[in-house]
Amino acid sequence: MSILKDFTKGFIKENPVFVLMLGMCPTLATSSSVKNGIGMGLAATFVLACSNVIISAIRKTVPNKIRIPVFIVVVATFTTIVDLFMEAYVPALHKELGVFIPLIVVNCIILARAEMFAQKNPILNSAADGLGLGLGFTLTLAFIGTIREILGEGTWYGMQVMPSDYKPFLLAILAPGGFICLGLLMGLMVRLQKAAKK
Amino acid sequence: MPELSAMQIFLLLLGAVFVNNFILAKFIGICPFIGVSKKVGPAIGMSLAVIFVMALSSIATWLIDHYILIPRDLTYLRTLVFIIVIAGLVQFVEMVILKTSPSLYKALGIFLPLITTNCQVLAMTVMNVREMPEKYAAMGYSFGLVPSVAHAVGIACGFSVALLIMAAIRERLELAPVPESLKGWPLAFLLSGQLSLAFMGFVGMMK
Repeated sequence: MSILKDFTKGFIKENPVFVLMLGMCPTLATSSSVKNGIGMGLAATFVLACSNVIISAIRKTVPNKIRIPVFIVVVATFTTIVDLFMEAYVPALHKELGVFIPLIVVNCIILARAEMFAQKNPILNSAADGLGLGLGFTLTLAFIGTIREILGEGTWYGMQVMPSDYKPFLLAILAPGGFICLGLLMGLMVRLQKAAKK
Repeated sequence: MPELSAMQIFLLLLGAVFVNNFILAKFIGICPFIGVSKKVGPAIGMSLAVIFVMALSSIATWLIDHYILIPRDLTYLRTLVFIIVIAGLVQFVEMVILKTSPSLYKALGIFLPLITTNCQVLAMTVMNVREMPEKYAAMGYSFGLVPSVAHAVGIACGFSVALLIMAAIRERLELAPVPESLKGWPLAFLLSGQLSLAFMGFVGMMK
């Protein structure tokens, strides 16, 4: 049962973006469209789940003092795998996401999960935790991407959803739109949490 | 291929500060930007530490890339090698500063370990070997050590400019009556959005 719990908590209760406030850079940069958001989210999910498994498996053999460098090497290995894989099979998306793929190494979500969860829990739980948080991250990116893409281009995943005479609000897909959209969503989240507590 | 001229390098640096600002235009290094921008004092310390580490790591990674990785056809190891080099370098710099200048250590010390996980440094080193050489090769120039360092310093200065402006604004906001739900992170993002909008005006400055 606890494995299921470790999996589902990543979606709402420990949502990496809105609750843990981790991984802001890729969130802002790759949520300009749904497609980019999902691509980035899945790449991060793969790295997060795989490195959680490996770190959990070696947690008893790694000396405490050098654990961070060891974690970084593990994460960097999987990031390189994703990087090469995407370059080979989805070159267009790889080009679009650019420097953000290698940047998965320093994505705080992954190191934070290694430090806070994987090094203290068994392999299956860590895998569930990684998958859950990764998919929660993917959904969040897709959600922000939905708002920004519909406002900024009038499309969703490349399909026209707004009336054809809709004038795209270009700002939404540019840098300032990302900041403002995320700021407003976070404010809304705080408000909802407060209302839920009452 | 010919090297870049001094003027081109200067423009590259200026462009990295204003037009391609890492924080406000490219969304790289948001965590320290939001995290350390509550007060001006720490913001200055962080800026200096970032400029210092960026310049050093651009030199180190360029040399490693050109003299070890490229000749041996190991470029697929870049991410792995660069992050280790940056982490080692930061640790080394921290030790040197601690031994040679305790007062400087007091000012920069606590920020140095934070920089290892600062995505700007890794992003800069990756761009310096991937995107920038491609971009300049298309224009018929080679992207050597000097432009790499100029690019790195430009990015770090751009970060500092954004961080200091943000810190100055947020210091004043401390006493302002803002809506309860927007306090802290949400407001910081809304402000960054407006700064980013202002910096978009610089796009017309280049070319």
